[in-house]
This record gives sequence, C-alpha cells and structure tokens, in this order.
Amino acid sequence: MDIITVSKLRKSYRKGQVQALRGLNFTVDEGEIYGLIGPDGAGKTTLFRIMATLLLPDEGTVSVDGLDVVRDYKAIRRRIGYMPGRFSLYQDLSVEENLSFFASIFHTSIEENYDLVKDIYGQIEPFKTRKAGKLSGGMKQKLALSCALIHAPRVLILDEPTTGVDPVSRKEFWEMLKRLRLQHGITIIVSTPYMDEAGQCDHIALMQDGEFLRLDTPSGIVGAYTDTLWAVQADDMHRLLDDLRACPEVLTAFSFGEAFHVTVREEARMQELAAYLAGLGHRRVEVTPIQATVEDCFMSLMKKSDEG
Amino acid sequence: MKDKYVIEAEGLTKQFGAFTATDHISFRVHEGEIFGFLGANGAGKTTAMRMLCGLSRPSAGWATVAGYDVCRQAEDVKKHIGYMSQKFALYDDLTVFENLRLFGGIYGMSAKTIREKAERLLGELGLAAERDALVASLPLGWKQKLAFSLSIFHDPKIVFLDEPTGGVDPITRRQFWELIYRASDRGITVFVTTHYMDEAEYCDRVSIMVDGKIEALDTPANLKRDFGVATMYDVFLALARRAKRTSD
Amino acid sequence: MKKQFLSFLRKEFYHIFRDKRTMLILLVMPIVLMILFGFAITTEVKDSRVAILDLSKDEVTAQLRERIAASRYFSITAGEDNISALEASLRGGKIDVAVVFGEQFASELRRGGRPSVQILVDGTEPNQAAIRTGYMQQVLAAHLHTLTEGRGVSPFPGITPVVRTLYNPQGKSEYNFVPAVIGLVLMLICVMMTSIAIVREKEAGTMEVLLASPLPPLCIVLAKLVPYFAISCLNLTTILVLSVTMLHIPIAGSLPGFIAVSLLYILVALFLGLFISTVVRSQLAAMLLSLLVIIPTIYLSGILFPVESMPVALQCVSVIVPTRWYVDIARRLMIQGVELRYVWRETLVLLLMAGVLLGVSWKKFKIRLE
Repeated sequence: MDIITVSKLRKSYRKGQVQALRGLNFTVDEGEIYGLIGPDGAGKTTLFRIMATLLLPDEGTVSVDGLDVVRDYKAIRRRIGYMPGRFSLYQDLSVEENLSFFASIFHTSIEENYDLVKDIYGQIEPFKTRKAGKLSGGMKQKLALSCALIHAPRVLILDEPTTGVDPVSRKEFWEMLKRLRLQHGITIIVSTPYMDEAGQCDHIALMQDGEFLRLDTPSGIVGAYTDTLWAVQADDMHRLLDDLRACPEVLTAFSFGEAFHVTVREEARMQELAAYLAGLGHRRVEVTPIQATVEDCFMSLMKKSDEG
Repeated sequence: MKDKYVIEAEGLTKQFGAFTATDHISFRVHEGEIFGFLGANGAGKTTAMRMLCGLSRPSAGWATVAGYDVCRQAEDVKKHIGYMSQKFALYDDLTVFENLRLFGGIYGMSAKTIREKAERLLGELGLAAERDALVASLPLGWKQKLAFSLSIFHDPKIVFLDEPTGGVDPITRRQFWELIYRASDRGITVFVTTHYMDEAEYCDRVSIMVDGKIEALDTPANLKRDFGVATMYDVFLALARRAKRTSD
Repeated sequence: MKKQFLSFLRKEFYHIFRDKRTMLILLVMPIVLMILFGFAITTEVKDSRVAILDLSKDEVTAQLRERIAASRYFSITAGEDNISALEASLRGGKIDVAVVFGEQFASELRRGGRPSVQILVDGTEPNQAAIRTGYMQQVLAAHLHTLTEGRGVSPFPGITPVVRTLYNPQGKSEYNFVPAVIGLVLMLICVMMTSIAIVREKEAGTMEVLLASPLPPLCIVLAKLVPYFAISCLNLTTILVLSVTMLHIPIAGSLPGFIAVSLLYILVALFLGLFISTVVRSQLAAMLLSLLVIIPTIYLSGILFPVESMPVALQCVSVIVPTRWYVDIARRLMIQGVELRYVWRETLVLLLMAGVLLGVSWKKFKIRLE
C-alpha cells in the first residue's frame, strides 16, 4: 500500500531561475522508513515542505495518505507529524510546556498519547522543567521528535533530524525511529546528508540537484555498483593520493577513512598497482578489493550525472 | 620539527557557575599537524575552542597558541590564527574578490599583496572566472572551499575549523580535505572538529572529549588498537557511552 | 478550537513574561515617557532664577519682590547692588532673569507717571527668553493692577494686554502631551511588538510547524493580538491614572467615550502590526519597518508641531497617519471636554483604517510558506 505518491513533481524559485525539483517520481509504502539522502541544496527541504502542504508544487501531483496536498491540505495537516530542518521549538518554554502546547494544537494531550512518546519523551522527562533553549543538541532532537509525534500521526516527515548531531545521538535517534515503525506502524520519511545512515532505511532515494540519482533498497543500490573498487593504503597517505591520481589505470581516488577508495580500469590488476606504487617509493602498500558503500555509489552516480 | 608545539594547554578550565564546561584539559599540538578535536554535543568542545581562539577567558589553567598566551595576549593570538565555522564564513552579498579583500584588509595586508594572492588562490581553486560573482550565486561546495581558503589567506600559524564539512556532498567533502592536506603540507597546523567519523581517520592525531575532559588522545591507528575496534566510529561510541552529562 | 486557542494564548503570555526586555518596553516605557513628557520635556519654563536690583527700596518694590518670589515660575536667587554685578551673573549663567527697579520707581508710581522697570533676560534660548519675559510682565502687571485699582490709573498706560487662555488657563503643557503620549506608546507597543511577535515564529521556524498543523490561521492571529491588546489596555489605564494623580490633569469630557475611541485606536495599531508581519520575514525587518512607520508619526501627528502649521503637502500626508486623528480626538475629549458626537468624523476615519488594515492583512496572511 502506497501512503505517499509523488509524480512528475517540479518546483522552481525566483520565477524559474532556480530549479529546486526537476520532475520527481516515487512512492512510499505504508509502515516503512524511507530515506532521502543528499547534500545541502539537493532539494530535500523543498520536497518535504510540499509533502507537508507548506509549499505548492509548480507541476505534478503529491498525495499523502490518499489525499492531495493542494486540495486536501487541511485534512493532511491533521495526519502528518512534521519536523522542520532546525529544531523548531520555543526556546523560552520548558520541555513540558513545548510538548503540551504542540499536543493542544492537535486537539490532544500528553496523557492521551503518552504511550506513543514514552520511549522518547521518557528520556528527557527528568528535565521537563528545563527551558528548551538550554537543552543539548541530542535532547532538542528528542523533544522535537516527541512534539511531532504527540498527535499520533500516520506519517512522520522529518527534515534532517540528525544534522549537526554527534554520532552517538544519531545512532540512538535511528534506533528510536525503528522502534516507532515496529511498535506503532508509523510511516517515516526522513532526509539526511549523512550517507552512512542510508543502511537504516527500508528504501532510499539518492538526491542531487533536484533529481534522484537512484531509488532502491540500500542493498539494491550497493548491488548495482559495477565498478571495480579497491582500498589502497600506504605510509605516506598525502603523497599516495597524488600518485594514485597520476596512475593511468586509476579512474577515481577518494579518501575513505583510513584508506583510499580507488576505482580502476577493468583490465587493471591489484598486484600491478601495488608494485607500481612500491616503485614510486611507497612503503607498506596494501591493496584490497572491497564492497562499495552507499557513499561510493553516490559519488559514482554523481560523476555519471555530471558527465551525462 | 616534532617537538615544536603550536598549541600547549595545561589544566585549561572553564566554569559557568556550578557547571564545568571544560574540565582541566591538557594537550599539545605539533606544528603542521592535523589535529582532530572530537566529542559528543555538549562535551565542551566549543568552549575549549573559544578559549584557544582568545574569545573566552579560562577560569583556570593556561594555554599558548602560536606562542601567545590566550589570557594575556588574546589580540596577538587572534592575529596568528585562522578560523572557519559552518555558520559564518563569507559575506553572501559581496563578490568573491571583495570577500578576499575584506579579510586581507582585516589582517593588515597591503592592497598589492591581496591582489596577487587573490589571483593565485582563485587560479588554484579554479574560481578565476567567478572573481566578480556574488558569493550568494556560488554552489555550496565552492563556498565551503572558498571559506577555507579565506581562513588561511593571511598565512596563519594555525587554523581552527569548526565542523567545516556539515551538509556538503561526498565529493566536495573529500576535495575539502585535500585542501586541508595541502595547507598542512605548507606547515599550517589544522585544528578541526567534525561529526563525520571517517574524517577522524584523516587526522594525524585525535582527541576525544567526554563530559568536559579529554578521555583519549592519540593517532587513529593507536586508538583503534587500544580499544580493540576496527573504526574510529567504534572508538567514539565506546568513549561517548561513558558520558553522564546530558546538557550543553 | 477554544482549547487550542487558550493554550496558544497562554504560550504567548509566557513569551512576554519571560523576556525581561519585552516586559521593560511594555510596562516601564509608558511610565518613563509620561514622566519625561510631563516634567522634563515641557514648553513651560519653571523655576527661572531671578536676581533683583532694587534702586527704589520702598514698600511697593518689596511687595513686588515677594510677588515674584511667590510665583511658581520664578525663584529669587540673589539680590545685587549694582548693574554691572547683575550683568556678570546673567552672563555667567548664574541667573536667568534680572529685574531692575529704577530709583524713582515708587514716587513715579505714586505720581501716576511711568515707573521704570528693566527686565534683563538670558537670550541664549530665544523661546525660553520670550516666555520668561512674558511671565515676568504678567506678574508685575497683575500686582500693579491691584495696587492702582480704584485709583483709575493704569500702570502701563496705553498697553494693557488682556490675555485669556482657553481650556488651559494655567498654561500647563502637560495637557497637550498626555494624549500624544498615549498615541505614541500604543503605536510602539501595538505595531512594533505585535509584528515582532509574529515574525519571531517565522524566524525560529516554529511557524512552519504551526502551519503544518490543523491550527486555523485565525487562531494564530487572534492569539498573537489578544495579549498586546490586553497590555495596551493596561497601559492606557496606567497613563490615565498617572495623568490624573501625578500631573493633576482632569479628564474634562466623557471618560467612556474617550476609552471607546482609545480601544478603536489600539485596534488600528494592532492591525497595522499584523500587516507589517505579513510583509517581512525577519524580526529585524519588522522592527525597521515599524520604526519607519512610527518616526514620521511623531512628526506628522501633531504631537510635536500642530498639524495646522505644517506645509500643505505634509498636511495631506498626515491624513493617513492614524495617530493624528487619535490625538486630535483625544485632545478634544480630554481637555476641551466636548461630547463624542463632535468627533464622529475623526472616529469614522479610524474605523475605516481598522477595516482596511484588517482586510489587507487577512488577505496577505499565508496558509503556506511563500
């Protein structure tokens, strides 16, 4: 069952000078976590605002829970929980006042839906009298999620909930989202600039410059990667990068944690590359074949879309 | 070269009322090193960085940056460092060159030097054609690279980068780090905070703050070996889980 | 809807009560303005320092000296015994006015001739100098009038100015300023504070969440306006109480009528604030635009300069300034004591402005972003 359907969606700003969305098509299944992954400026926020009935599409249609975002915006607003990019809380209100305010504008109360937010709100409840402005990033994020969730929405629309948050808080956040989906069957559509969060989603769309580079399951995306990919390491990493880029066999070379991820021509051999680098004076050269990550896929698709 | 320190901090502490944001941290950063300064939100990184930049007075302890005392010679510290944050980098309503001229002027460079350096820099970045374009019209990735170049435009001894790559696409993020390498090869010390754990691997040494204290400081390879894990992400996770503190 | 609204309203009051600066502007500023206008910035000249050189030295000049000392406008600070000392004090700024009674003052007066009095004034500030001279002449003339009454002799033959000040016989300038202060304070609070309060939600991103919720836009707007309406009423009360107790200005006309017109004016200002909030996105822009409205208001509303004495072009512009109409009505109701039916035209103008501003803001208030 599709709960969100987007077709031929276009949106531009400043009288068409800036194309924010260039004809998007996708559907989201009920009860799944759908991830939109792309850098700042890819168009994620525009897309989310259209789904949240906050912007009108120029062309194309978007429906949420069977309702049209233009015609039935009032009905949609009752069924979605929307969390904008920055944690939109009232800094001068306490944790509890924020949550209770957002509950009341949806005609509900904290008590009524406590079960739904217990898992998340419970973690910050000991600080319920503290002003939202005095919370840490991780706690703000939890409060904002509780506020978006308090009216038991059918769909949660979360725009970059993990941006600027440290890895531990991010990990916790994704665990909360997964429990929400599992225990309450809420559909969650979430955007993130962090490629390593792709694996947490059921489906992902890789987005760049208002277009989808690819839509699939995370494993489908990784599985469709066809280039030969090696990890290369040596003692002097700074010099190694220049030498790799100069090597005729090498197509691309990018840093990836402690190693460089290198794509090479089909006919290239690992031993030959290792020998070549050793010949240039590199010590302790290691070349190993590796499985691509979503980030490798994204970069390869970016290159292809630039060339195409 | 390895025993020459650009940053020395000893017992550096910042207290806000009863709350100790930065709790007696001591460390040294070598000249030309890329030093990763990690920690969870609210661990005290920003406070520590402000003290090192001469923007905030330590409650206790001392630190020297580029040879100047951060308490007594804050103005000298500021002259010899570069700074780039995610929030404020460039003036959107000025052109690329006007931004360069402004920052060069702030650091007292002559008009001639500014012009020469600007031309060279824009050539290196491939931005020569955009010299007179408004910064607002540049793609985000270019802005970030330009902002970094600007932060080292006056050849500081050390540059502080506060989450410089947030929200940037993966290719630009890597190109950005290549700029960092190049600066480091020129002898500029780089002090960087990030939430991308793969970037922690690119640093020569990494410190991880937990609840206002530095809980680990070593090369990425040694940290991974000591914690018996495969990635810096796991090192960070293992340490940050010890955190008691919940607020900034 | 009711529960939504009340909870929104409570939140608005939290915002106001928790921000010290907002509280300061809302509650302290009106009082400060009242005190400033009431005491400091006044066109009256009180307590001018006077020195008297009495060459006549008799009963009449002694009486005159007492009369001057008794006046609230003057206080005698010194007596000098020669003219050059007097001039020196005047030049040194030790005194503001000097009075010289000639040697033959008393005898001249008794003879029914022209007694000579010299009034010397520090002319650095011409306006004040003129006012001081006028006051001094009045004091002297009044006393000499009582002396010569019944004897058929005029103290200043040929020039006997008869000045009758209507409505404000004591020449109190506070009378004119109270309606102006009300007009200005309400403008500041309603226009600036309201527009900022609404735009703050846009800036913080919370407006996005509110719009994406089932909250009706009417609810948002009402909840934003009601607190400032309430605070404006409070300020109106404070100013009126202060003006009666502290400045001793009676309300001559009908109080209910005056309050009704003031409430209408508050609405006009609130809708103006609402309108500004619909055209700007940042608090800074809201503040600048509010100031852009308020500063000309000060000059064009007759608060500082009478509208009648402005160039015709500016008089035309002043027609669209709500405060001009309000100050006009308020002065007439408060000080002249006319009845409401004499100001129906001005009231109608305000009503029209309220309607237009509300209509335009309502049309411009967006149910979406952009």
